[in-house]
Amino acid sequence: MKTVIIKYGSGNTRSVDFALRRLGVSGSVSDDPEEIRAADKVIFPGVGEASSAMKYLLERKLDTLIKELKQPVLGICLGMQLLCECSEEGNTECLGIFKQKVKKFNGGMKVPQIGWNNISNLKGKLFKGLSENEFMYFVHGYFAEQSKATVALTEYGPRYSSALQNDNFYGVQFHPEKSGTAGEMVLKNFLEL
Amino acid sequence: MLSKRIIPCLDVKDGRTVKGTRFLDLKDAGDPVELGAMYAREGADELVFLDISATHEKRKTMCSLVTRVAEKINIPFTVGGGIASVEDVAALLEAGADKISINTAAVRTPGLLTELAFRFGSQCIVQAIDAKYEDGKWMVFLEGGRVAAGIEAIAWAKQAVDLGAGEILLTTMDRDGTKEGFALDITRQVSEAVNVSVIASGGAGSQEHFAEVLTEGCADAALAASVFHFGELSINELKNYLKQQNILVR
Repeated sequence: MKTVIIKYGSGNTRSVDFALRRLGVSGSVSDDPEEIRAADKVIFPGVGEASSAMKYLLERKLDTLIKELKQPVLGICLGMQLLCECSEEGNTECLGIFKQKVKKFNGGMKVPQIGWNNISNLKGKLFKGLSENEFMYFVHGYFAEQSKATVALTEYGPRYSSALQNDNFYGVQFHPEKSGTAGEMVLKNFLEL
Repeated sequence: MLSKRIIPCLDVKDGRTVKGTRFLDLKDAGDPVELGAMYAREGADELVFLDISATHEKRKTMCSLVTRVAEKINIPFTVGGGIASVEDVAALLEAGADKISINTAAVRTPGLLTELAFRFGSQCIVQAIDAKYEDGKWMVFLEGGRVAAGIEAIAWAKQAVDLGAGEILLTTMDRDGTKEGFALDITRQVSEAVNVSVIASGGAGSQEHFAEVLTEGCADAALAASVFHFGELSINELKNYLKQQNILVR
């Protein structure tokens, strides 16, 4: 099995790569279209700002490539948000795999949200073996609204989508690579899809 | 709901943990990676590695240590100590650190925080503030507490957040190492003054101290070193106690 982590300048690609290795999987980090297309599993990580990340993807035509992928794809944090319709961060048009908007937290909470929060209303294979209200590690200032694609919910002010799924596309707002053994289980479930 | 975090801090010199520890079950208690991994297994929510190496040369050792930590440990960690430039931060993040904490250089170099936030995002920039109570005011101290900065802690915390810090690590020097409890008043004042998360540090001696600072002190996280290193408190037991006090922890 070949797992590719998409390299696009907004990255904690290294942390994701290390997490895969802890699971005994050797992934490669790449922005080569052929290598990404040929992978069995694709991970689309991200830490950073939405508009500059989208700009990078557009310049390298990685936007069309990602949308056309047929194998399981996992967007993490900013990666998940970029798979949504659009983001209030820099008023960015995103990839539109998930139909909801990404909005800025407002309402007196501390922003960014940093720390461990629960995930609930868990649906689908990504959460096989995990219990309701499991804690995951989050770091983000923007959130994806709820939609039909929502497969996990988290509350920080509003209840928002902490995980999404549409066909072969999966997204998690938390960092499974930094969420202890619970996070490792999510990564493992994804690799076993 | 977002939980409160418990963060052990490890002092590192030339790649080794320096404060003594009582962990006889570890093969090598001086190895920060092994000690950090043990804390992660016990339920630590995050780790802080504070580099107290004196020379620039030795700091390179820190980058290779950071990579070893990132390879082995599955929770987030922050690296601090002597960070003075965009290049220092780039090297540590590239090596695998999740966040960096900056202290003296942010006061001395106007614009550094803003540049760091622009380059790497506020979420990975922690402003460490060492505060001491003097003449009725909480004042900021630099260079490991040796030099008075001449500014008030609350004002500096606000300014640091405006400039780009995504989190505040507040150490009250008067309490550090005393085990008398965290300084609740200043922690609460800083936490209420800024719209980012505040990590309280300095003075932890008992389970009750952690409960106090996470409730009355309004801290989002509490950091400690010696109570964990010397086995006076285990993270597991501490978290069970906090749960009994209806404080949300993982």
